[in-house]
Amino acid sequence: MTDPRAEIISAYAATAAMPDDTGHFPTDDALFGGRFMPEALMAVLKELTEAYEVSKTDPAFHQEFADLLLHYANRPSLLTEARNLSARAGARILLKREDLNHTGSHKINNVLGQALLAKRMGKTRVIAETGAGQHGVATATAAALLGLDCVVYMGAEDTRRQALNVARMRMLGAEVVPVAIGSQTLKDAINEALRDWVASADTTYYALGTAAGPHPFPAMVRDFARIIGVEARRQCLEATGALPDAVCACVGGGSNAIGVFHAFVPDESVRLYGFEAGGSGVATGLHAASITGGSVGVLHGTRTYLLQDQYGQTQESHSISAGLDYPAVGPEHAYLHATGRGIYEPVDDAEAMAAFRTLCETEGIIPAIESAHALAGALRIAPQLAAELGREPVIVVNLSGRGDKDMHTAAGYFGFEGGEQ
Amino acid sequence: MNRLQDVLKAARAENRAVLIGYLPAGFPSVDGSIDAMRAMVEGGCDVIEVGLPYSDPAMDGPVIQAAADQALARGVSTPEVIRAAGAVADTGAASLIMSYWNPIEHYGVDRFASDLAAVGGSGVITPDLIPEEAGPWIEASDKHDIGRVFLVAPSSTPERIALTAAACTGFVYAGAVMGVTGARDQVGHAARSLVERTRAATDQPVCVGLGVSTGDQAAEIAAYADGVIVGSAFVRRLLDNRDPRKGVDAVRELAAELAEGVRRGSGQR
Repeated sequence: MTDPRAEIISAYAATAAMPDDTGHFPTDDALFGGRFMPEALMAVLKELTEAYEVSKTDPAFHQEFADLLLHYANRPSLLTEARNLSARAGARILLKREDLNHTGSHKINNVLGQALLAKRMGKTRVIAETGAGQHGVATATAAALLGLDCVVYMGAEDTRRQALNVARMRMLGAEVVPVAIGSQTLKDAINEALRDWVASADTTYYALGTAAGPHPFPAMVRDFARIIGVEARRQCLEATGALPDAVCACVGGGSNAIGVFHAFVPDESVRLYGFEAGGSGVATGLHAASITGGSVGVLHGTRTYLLQDQYGQTQESHSISAGLDYPAVGPEHAYLHATGRGIYEPVDDAEAMAAFRTLCETEGIIPAIESAHALAGALRIAPQLAAELGREPVIVVNLSGRGDKDMHTAAGYFGFEGGEQ
Repeated sequence: MNRLQDVLKAARAENRAVLIGYLPAGFPSVDGSIDAMRAMVEGGCDVIEVGLPYSDPAMDGPVIQAAADQALARGVSTPEVIRAAGAVADTGAASLIMSYWNPIEHYGVDRFASDLAAVGGSGVITPDLIPEEAGPWIEASDKHDIGRVFLVAPSSTPERIALTAAACTGFVYAGAVMGVTGARDQVGHAARSLVERTRAATDQPVCVGLGVSTGDQAAEIAAYADGVIVGSAFVRRLLDNRDPRKGVDAVRELAAELAEGVRRGSGQR
């Protein structure tokens, strides 16, 4: 029997070759990652890097983090064999059930780790940005549990799309600040959180919600989410006797994806598929597919792929999924793409919503619309993999969150009463 | 030696601080911003920072955000910002561009330095670029004789101040407060202490910005710093005067008030 506590600790404590000592992910194409931030934030970023590095080897931190994930967040999460969906897909599909975590998504893993770090650094206040609201809810939850003041910045457009999550955050005692500048979505919420942080870093911890931003966030957020892939790898071996042929995840900023991918990176036979939000289609320009439809640049402190115009101005992203509606991607995904280890493809709104409905009807599971992008991608690659391998492929899909928050959008999309039109 | 270095050296010879004024190019229009920046020079600014409006100005407060948003909505482009910098250089003032990093990287680092030098620009301020990430920029700016201005902050350690100052070739920009751009009632003691700490590490000129908006504040800073940097207060004048001529006049008046303050403060050294 696996000891779940030991599994959580080893997942977090594992050392990785990347990023390098300077916080970069070097490739032949570009030097991804780094720290493109004002000097005013360098002191707190150094303080954070030191706290993170200490926590990686500190048994007391390991115990606290493992306790929270085991007895509060509901880890380990299940790996569910989706028999009805598998029959339809022509592949053996295993769902990694991050939707069953407390607060309803993978975000709680990262947030509990960061909130513990905040306490250790002596901070009394935590701020966060949120798109779909899942990271905001997770942060508000951790802040309530650990006795931290909490302010969540959220694009005004997103507060309308995700009103339920706004109410949840407020119930949990957080202040939700609608950001009504720029495109009024996730990227503007990050800008506003950075403006807060540069003036408040003495007392305030910035809990960035995805594996992006300046070093050490991409590495640290990955490490807190890394348990997803470590569990999935073990559970797949137990269930099937072999590693999967592919692991699929949706990619916005990419924290659930790097969390489920990272343990599989050394397993060369396992294909890693990241599905970006294709919106109305990459060719229309209305999408959030930073790798497929973007170019190399710097946004929010890191060099990565992003959506930008000919003068390096960030372009607005578009997706039916608020959680994927971000015009850049974490630098480790840029690295995995540039080195060929990861395969990144767009899934448009219509494909994602078809997969959303299929999972509801075949398995009785309502996924987050974000996660439906990963499902749609898995359904697309299943016949390709079957043909290539000459047998039924085994595919792990990271079901990063549950879809309760999306009912208004889904009801509107499918024309049910009570949905948004 | 380029124009920026000349201006700073001449002021030092006169034992006075320089006045550095900021406006984003393209607000209210490209030509309108050029008119306003010329008025700043007429009012007494020695150096002009031509702002390159950016979609994600995470270090700017609401006033500069509003101006940058309007400039971008009207489609201001990097070549037009460089043109504005050239028009400022033609006045004889030192002309710098202030830009977040991505527009420079995307334009092409060497091309940016080369095109700016070609129109007479003499420096670039890069608020979200630290020397450790600036390898290609250091090479290109050296090649085209463009002054480099990096920032130090009240939170900077002595080691980081030394490292940052050593990478500057124009002046060192000392951020007076921890926070984003925008006028403040008091600039406070952090600025003076930061200038002293920076002087301990470098002979480069040290100029103070963030929060400065009045002649009296300018005088206070000019008593100990090599330059006083004012941004949001100028932008405010343009935002508050929808009639472009009145806006330009208001900007000229503010420049004169600040220039008087700088000379008054410099006299108290």
